[in-house]
Amino acid sequence: MLPNLSHSEILRYSRHLLIPEVGLEGQRKLKAASVLVIGTGGLGSPVALYLAAAGVGCIGLVDYDIVDFSNLQRQVIHGTSTLGKLKVESARQRILDINPDIQVEVYNEAFTSENAMRIAEGYDIIIDGTDNFPTRYLVNDVSVMLGKANVYGSIFRFDGQASVFDAKRGPCYRCLFPEPPPPGLVPSCAEGGVLGVLPGTIGTIQATEALKLILGIGEPLIGRLLLYNALDMTFEYVKLRKNPKCKVCSPNPEITELIDYEAFCGVPGHDHDEGSAGAGWDISATDLASRLEGGEHVRLVDVREPHELEISRLQGADLIPLGQLAAHLSELDTAEEMVVFCKSGSRSARALELLVSAGFRKVKNLKGGINAWAREVDTSLPVY
Amino acid sequence: MPVLRIPTPLRTYTQGQSEVTVQGGTVAEAMDELTARFPSLRAHLFNGDNQLRPFVNLFLNDENIKELQGLETSLKESDRLMLIPSIAGGRV
Repeated sequence: MLPNLSHSEILRYSRHLLIPEVGLEGQRKLKAASVLVIGTGGLGSPVALYLAAAGVGCIGLVDYDIVDFSNLQRQVIHGTSTLGKLKVESARQRILDINPDIQVEVYNEAFTSENAMRIAEGYDIIIDGTDNFPTRYLVNDVSVMLGKANVYGSIFRFDGQASVFDAKRGPCYRCLFPEPPPPGLVPSCAEGGVLGVLPGTIGTIQATEALKLILGIGEPLIGRLLLYNALDMTFEYVKLRKNPKCKVCSPNPEITELIDYEAFCGVPGHDHDEGSAGAGWDISATDLASRLEGGEHVRLVDVREPHELEISRLQGADLIPLGQLAAHLSELDTAEEMVVFCKSGSRSARALELLVSAGFRKVKNLKGGINAWAREVDTSLPVY
Repeated sequence: MPVLRIPTPLRTYTQGQSEVTVQGGTVAEAMDELTARFPSLRAHLFNGDNQLRPFVNLFLNDENIKELQGLETSLKESDRLMLIPSIAGGRV
């Protein structure tokens, strides 16, 4: 039995009720539906806002983070007034302002192998608005094991992808990507950046797909991958097929319970940009400052991209972007004391790895990057 | 000549180019020609046995070459190849 709509709900949703494909029955289906949104960031923001406005009866929100100033360029569910608040609380406040008739469940925790089944089992549809490979594989496997549709979206700089992975009716995420790329090959948005409006485009597509699945209308993106490029303004599609040997959704799957996804992907399950090269290889900004003040000769190598120099720079540093480092090793001297740095320490940790494997030993990674320098040593520099 | 679309994360290795024309009668020949021009791309796409790495998806028009004849799939002048990357961004 579908729930009834009150007079005020009928007025609120009148533009839906006028569409024959939705109508009163469709709106009642939306009211009866529950959707779990994993991540309340760039993608989760438009997803949760539009699902709430559309009248999806129950929305679950999973996130463990707090609202940061640098989120507001794209995470439109949050605002200046909720800076420093829990993201799930900030999001709940906003969507209940849009629509107080719906129910919002919040999970202020990371989505992990331990809690994923418990959180997800009560929902009809799962929406992947995460930012890292371990959580994407976890969301996929949970969706396959619980037999639920996983509405996928992913973004990088100007590129977006979207699909609906529903293993009962088509391929899953692992059918397309059986294995994650090696750590460090694909930069995260925290390192590589993202056009603020891009998650709006992709998240809105995810919300559209979720509504279509609930209403049972149209052609969902099952078995199709949408590829969007904002610079070229192109939408392209490729066909996805079920992998008969898929480790999780084939008839005889190898993976039948949740695994350790951080170990599987070789990276932590969150997109943090504070990098460390590991014990003994890091140097703090204040230690580096006192070594330089003491007159020590240290070669500074900036592995950021050239356009980042306009934001902040360290005097005397040589710029060798990470992607070009391997080709410029001959310009560096293994006998010289060296410190590599980037924005926050991740790219330089990879640079250090490369240098060490090439035989360099007198090299350190500036922990926290030039941002740590800006906070601890030279506050005239901006943090970005 | 067939065109290959390069995804944003790999454009560092193609001097920023988003599309390159390739030459060859098969996908393998086209990829050999491409990686001869951009040698640093090769290690990102192929493993030591000259097979595509498991996280690399190469589509010919709208079909994964795995569903066709793999690297031996033949190419026509009007064909369009697309490398589909794993990207993970979204929450942050």
